[in-house]
Amino acid sequence: MRCDVFCQCARYSAILRTFRPARPARIVPTIKFKSLVTLDSVSKAYGGQVAVAPTSLGIEAQRTSVLIGPSGCGKSTLLRMVLGLVQPDSGRVLIDGEALAAENVLRLRRNIGYVIQDGGLFPHLTAGGNVTLLARYLGREPAWTGARCTELTDLVRLPAAALARYPQDLSGGQRQRVGLMRALMLDPPLLLLDEPLGALDPITRLELQDELKAIFSRLHKTVLLVTHDMNEAAHFGDRIVLLRAGSIVQQGTLQDLLTRPAEPYVREFIRAQRSVLPEVPA
Amino acid sequence: MMLRLAALLLAPTLALAQGTINVGSKRFTESYVLGEIVVRTVEAAGEARAVHRQGLGNTAILFAALKSGAIHVYPEYTGTIAFELLSLKRVPGIDELNRELAPHGLAVGVPLGFNNTYALAMTGERAAALGIRRISDLARHPELRLGLSQEFINRRDGWQALRQAYRLPFNGVRGLDHGLAYEALAGGQVDIIDVYSTDAKIVRYRLRVLEDDRGFFPAYEAVLFYRRDLPQQFPQSWHALRRLEHRVPAERMVAMNAAAELGAMPFPKIAADFLATPGIAPAVVDARTGRSMLGALFGDDFWRLTGEHLMLVFVSLVLSIVAGVPLGVLAQRAPPARHLILGGVGVLQTIPTLALLAFLIAALDRIGTAPAIVALFLYALLPIVRNTYSGLADIAPPLRESAQALGLPAGARLRLIELPLAARPILAGVKTSAVINVGTATIAAFIGAGGYGERIVAGLAVNDHVLLLAGAVPAAAMAIAVQWGFEVLDRLLISPGLREAARSGRHSG
Repeated sequence: MRCDVFCQCARYSAILRTFRPARPARIVPTIKFKSLVTLDSVSKAYGGQVAVAPTSLGIEAQRTSVLIGPSGCGKSTLLRMVLGLVQPDSGRVLIDGEALAAENVLRLRRNIGYVIQDGGLFPHLTAGGNVTLLARYLGREPAWTGARCTELTDLVRLPAAALARYPQDLSGGQRQRVGLMRALMLDPPLLLLDEPLGALDPITRLELQDELKAIFSRLHKTVLLVTHDMNEAAHFGDRIVLLRAGSIVQQGTLQDLLTRPAEPYVREFIRAQRSVLPEVPA
Repeated sequence: MMLRLAALLLAPTLALAQGTINVGSKRFTESYVLGEIVVRTVEAAGEARAVHRQGLGNTAILFAALKSGAIHVYPEYTGTIAFELLSLKRVPGIDELNRELAPHGLAVGVPLGFNNTYALAMTGERAAALGIRRISDLARHPELRLGLSQEFINRRDGWQALRQAYRLPFNGVRGLDHGLAYEALAGGQVDIIDVYSTDAKIVRYRLRVLEDDRGFFPAYEAVLFYRRDLPQQFPQSWHALRRLEHRVPAERMVAMNAAAELGAMPFPKIAADFLATPGIAPAVVDARTGRSMLGALFGDDFWRLTGEHLMLVFVSLVLSIVAGVPLGVLAQRAPPARHLILGGVGVLQTIPTLALLAFLIAALDRIGTAPAIVALFLYALLPIVRNTYSGLADIAPPLRESAQALGLPAGARLRLIELPLAARPILAGVKTSAVINVGTATIAAFIGAGGYGERIVAGLAVNDHVLLLAGAVPAAAMAIAVQWGFEVLDRLLISPGLREAARSGRHSG
């Protein structure tokens, strides 16, 4: 089912209307947010197997959007398209209005922080080496780099001594904090997180969920987070995008998904994880 | 006398002015001795300097060296030239050989006066007791026991053909290793063995070589094999060499071989004795016994050989790293080139060393260090290319993507992240190549590149196990030292972050 970006925006405005005072119907381009990232009819297939059906999606600036769905629904593929790690077979990716292309991909990537499960740290570098790698490559002043590092250790609450250790000598939670520091080093406006807490034990996970949420709101970052855990989506997501088999099933606030499921699958998916949620209407 | 003194004094200047004759020899005693005789004959003529490129091997390498001009002359046998180089079915006379060799710019001449061919031999006592002098005499003694080398039994022109030619009565023959045959004969376990007609052991065991009265064995007549332009280029030297014609009868050759192998007499001394007193065989004393292994090991040439060996190993290794790592990166980056590169370096590894050396001598027009380094370089490529490729290919995709996501360009990703992550397998590949090179470099002595192989080749040539070990033991020790050295390098070069991971089982991410 093809749906272009304008149609998508129209759906957003429909969602927004449900929570805001009604507006004059005539004012159509009622996008209440700036779309920092726009996926415009992107699709991807691997050897005939559809990973992402033509999909359009706008990511609201300075808010946290969550891509959720079962394994293989295409959520990670969409995220990696934003970084140019996956080339869409069709469609295009716009970042702050600029179409992602070979010429600008390096520059755009430097404006995006990327965190994956278990941090994605380079094992041959110390934690500090990981955090400062790009700054050093770009020739930033050592004084600036050091100061920024200290700032970030405070922010993510990492003991300074941990920076001298290699990733394998850190705890899972520490690795994740270092991964976040590396992503935030150059203060990018956009953060992409792919199952960032997937490899952590439940207690550390809970602790980091709270901290991350605080950090995101404090820094006013645009965040796009991928998870398969409805609880985590509910915790972080200003906006939740539910995917199934490469297509968007529904997007909106948690409330939208709970009260106005677009199809029975939405209710099914939420109910399957309802134990950690307060009340899920049957 | 005054003239000779003047010639000696002038020799260095003359040599500079008049050039050098490079004399080759193969890696067995007789060839060393004859090569040395040629060298001394040339030098005595006073026209040119002579350099002995000794112990080259095999025939194909010498042929390539001769054609390329890397050597000018070496002692060879008509049968070898006919069968191995010209692929003829029989051994023609010297004139016909020269017609065949003319297109190559080569020629044979100066028959030295003996034949080194297969022969049958028995102990002198038993031969005398039975009144046997010729092979045809054997027909009368069907009770004699034969112990023959596998090679002789299996050759088309070997035992079966000989039996038919002489209508010999023997049915069963024992296959014996050539090295053991003499002992078996001396111990009385067999009565007749096959030998090479100028083998030193003929003297040692006091054997009677039976006369080939029906001319069955092909002629392996010793001759000089030379470049056709040698006589014009160095007329006086050539004139002197021609005087060697028919000067070396078989008995004299056997005696000289024995002087080298049993008497441990140096080749130059043997050659000097020969030229001083042609016709009189020197007395042979077995001087081998009581020689110390340590003395042989740390002989005068020890440090020179060590230096040469290290140079061969490490110059070729550096070249292999410089070429191999980029090839491995290319194999990983460019799938279309992958099979070509990995297949190509794999095929290189299957080329027999001596064939590769012979080819390189022809291609580079020289013998010695250069072709040896190229050969070692080619052999060292496979482990380095393969480990670079697999080290890069094995980097976990999430790490590869994290590196891309940082916004580093491809070159910086390779340098700062991918190669350091693959450093361990790459270093392991370099270590493998280095250790293999230490072993393979011993073969470089076959083309005159020096190194420990010089002792091994010479030891094999004159059946001197002490000399052989004096080459093999330091080569093995060097291999172990190189292995150990790379373990130290591993500690210095590999990030502790990777080392711990390898020790305690790899963690992902």
